[in-house]
Amino acid sequence: MARPAIYPVVLVVLALMLAACEAETPTASPGAGESPPLVADTPPPVGDTPPPVGETPPPVGDTPPPVGDTPPPVAPGGSILAEVQSRGRLICGVNGGQPGFSFLQEGTTDWSGFDVDYCRAVSAALFGDPEAVEFRPLTTDDRGPALQTREIDVLIRNTTWTVTRDAQWGLFAPTTFYDGQGMMVRSEVGATSLEELGGATVCMQSGTTTELNLADAMNVAGHEGNYETQIFDNIDETYNTYETGACDAVTSDRSQLTARRTLMANPADHVLLDIVMSKEPLGPAVPFGDERWFNIVKWTVLVTIEAEEYGITQANVTEMRDTSEDPVVQRLLGADPEQQQGTLLGLRNDWVVDVISAVGNYGEMFERHVGPNSALGLDRGLNRLWTDGGLIYAAPYR
Amino acid sequence: MKAVSATQRHAAVPPWRDIRVLRIVGQVVVVGVVLLVGYLLWENLTGNMTRARLTFSLDFMRATAGFDISQTVIPYSTRDTYGHAFLAGLLNTLMVSAVGIVLATVLGFVTGVARLSSNWLVNRLAAGYVEIMRNTPLLVQLVLIFALLLQLPAVANSITLPGPIYLNQRGLFLPRPLAEPTFTAWVVLVVIGVVVAIVSRRISVRRREAGLPTRAIGRIGLLAMLAIPIGGWIVLSPLQFDLPVQQRFNFVGGVVLSPSFAALLFGLVIYTAAFIGEVVRGGIQAVRRGQLEAAYAIGLTPGQTLRLIVLPQALRIIVPPLTSQYLNLTKNSSLAIAVGYSDVFAVSRTMANQTGQSVAVILLVMGTYLTLSLATSLAMNVYNRRVQVLER
Repeated sequence: MARPAIYPVVLVVLALMLAACEAETPTASPGAGESPPLVADTPPPVGDTPPPVGETPPPVGDTPPPVGDTPPPVAPGGSILAEVQSRGRLICGVNGGQPGFSFLQEGTTDWSGFDVDYCRAVSAALFGDPEAVEFRPLTTDDRGPALQTREIDVLIRNTTWTVTRDAQWGLFAPTTFYDGQGMMVRSEVGATSLEELGGATVCMQSGTTTELNLADAMNVAGHEGNYETQIFDNIDETYNTYETGACDAVTSDRSQLTARRTLMANPADHVLLDIVMSKEPLGPAVPFGDERWFNIVKWTVLVTIEAEEYGITQANVTEMRDTSEDPVVQRLLGADPEQQQGTLLGLRNDWVVDVISAVGNYGEMFERHVGPNSALGLDRGLNRLWTDGGLIYAAPYR
Repeated sequence: MKAVSATQRHAAVPPWRDIRVLRIVGQVVVVGVVLLVGYLLWENLTGNMTRARLTFSLDFMRATAGFDISQTVIPYSTRDTYGHAFLAGLLNTLMVSAVGIVLATVLGFVTGVARLSSNWLVNRLAAGYVEIMRNTPLLVQLVLIFALLLQLPAVANSITLPGPIYLNQRGLFLPRPLAEPTFTAWVVLVVIGVVVAIVSRRISVRRREAGLPTRAIGRIGLLAMLAIPIGGWIVLSPLQFDLPVQQRFNFVGGVVLSPSFAALLFGLVIYTAAFIGEVVRGGIQAVRRGQLEAAYAIGLTPGQTLRLIVLPQALRIIVPPLTSQYLNLTKNSSLAIAVGYSDVFAVSRTMANQTGQSVAVILLVMGTYLTLSLATSLAMNVYNRRVQVLER
């Protein structure tokens, strides 16, 4: 992060300061250090200019060469792609507290979830190995700065794509999950709409689009200022406080509410209102400054969608590569030696095979972690393929 | 002649051995280094921000905030600006710090004195309290207190106290006093009562010095101070009360002491009071034994000894470290977000997050806490100068 050029400069400066201090007290320790010739019995002739203090050679032993000789630092910003490749593993910012999306399985060290699998997909695309990932759990407040400072290579943390974030945080890859903000209340309250929540206390997390949307939605529902909020920076504190009853309702993305309900002592006591307060397109984001890196993350998402569209699954991907006659499938899986899309991206030509055999296609990932047969039991809804009337659509791989 | 020889001798010392020259050079170099390091850090910051395509600006302060703040001292709505939101957060910080400092001081002095008590139980209890509080992290204490407060009964099963005061997991709901038009008149009566009391006290002191009986005068003063306001209260009924009323979700009206605020305040007070207790104990023990013995010898009671002999001397030792504890309390209030209280730091984090101006906002928050701390220090230094012994 810091420019290496600074350290030699600081060292030289410190050295000069040391020299100056030593010169200041010539009588204190006779003969100590590299002070200029100050021996009492050989005073230089009056009027002769002594070597100025500043030019004393630095007494530090292995000082790096002075600034002028330092080779220019690596191109500002550097390439994230090169950095990840030389490091040999991907640093992926995740939520860490959301079952179905990114969650540390109880009693194990295994990360699991929809977002987690996208981290693994990027890792497979880069290294052919889905496990070369370091997961970094981030709070809602910390994720923006983590992207801005490049603490992470990619953020896959159910993060809503908005214009402010696109301008301030980094570049958003295609949406992996179309969500909307919902509201969960205890079933005993018997509310079905926001209009019935006048005077209620709502728990939520800081640093989210949720905070902004609730205000808008409550204004529309005619309850401007007629509700209380209780805001936490920690996801567990938010839901625990709601569960104790100190909040009447909790608001977040519907997927998160559903996911957290599975963790509650008695999930049946809580009901998700049948309302959607906002559009929440959730997807990966990468730091600014490396378009090639952005392309790789973007196309990792797109190929999982393309694979579902063409019926390529985790189970049949190698078979499809070897036997498929479909030119689209051949191109996608790098089976056609004339087509070099993978190399153009800076990856291997058959990188899609690695991705799909690691995590499967979009539909498989959805089914595995959040679909109707998972603990969350979410319907595909808007997240159906465009061919089925949903919004999941990939640009052509050609 | 003498002057000439002096200048000659002076000229004989070359400048690189002249202590005066070297001192100046040394200071110039140090200042230069400080400036250079500051410049390099600034360059590093701006360089990195440019590379991350970030701009540095506080222009957003005039934009609409759009997020909610749970409890505010001043009116605030989501349509207000970021600047107003910051101010609302700042006032929340000031409120919890100010109340916290007062309560922590009281509890701290009691603890400090209790630790020196000759009563075994009292001083062991105080020691136990101090050691437990000082040696566990504040954040852990806050989260624990908050979790305990949430275990209070739900709104429907609120504990009702006379007043009516309601206590439940959403907070303590008290009647809110509302001033009637006659309130000003009543304040005037109170002032009159106090003036009469002061005058009668003066007279009684003068009479005592003259060796005359003072009891009657003292009684008149006391009577005036109590009777005038009480009588006025009955006649004028200057206050009305806005009572909390239970509605569908919660109590509405009255004054609310929320669990977030209570947990933060309580946590800050008991944590800081433990440190203040030690400061007070140290200050008292630093008063020489002879002073105590002399006080007992002239027949002062233990209470009088403490009030008249020990504390005035202990205060000059207590005040400087006490200032540090006040600063700590104010700065520790930035843990508020952990218990859902919207202090200036919590609000700023949201601001930084919504606008992406992390560096600008963090610098603003640092500047704010610095200003608060310097202001507290200044006030305490003024007080410190007053309690110091005048050296002659």
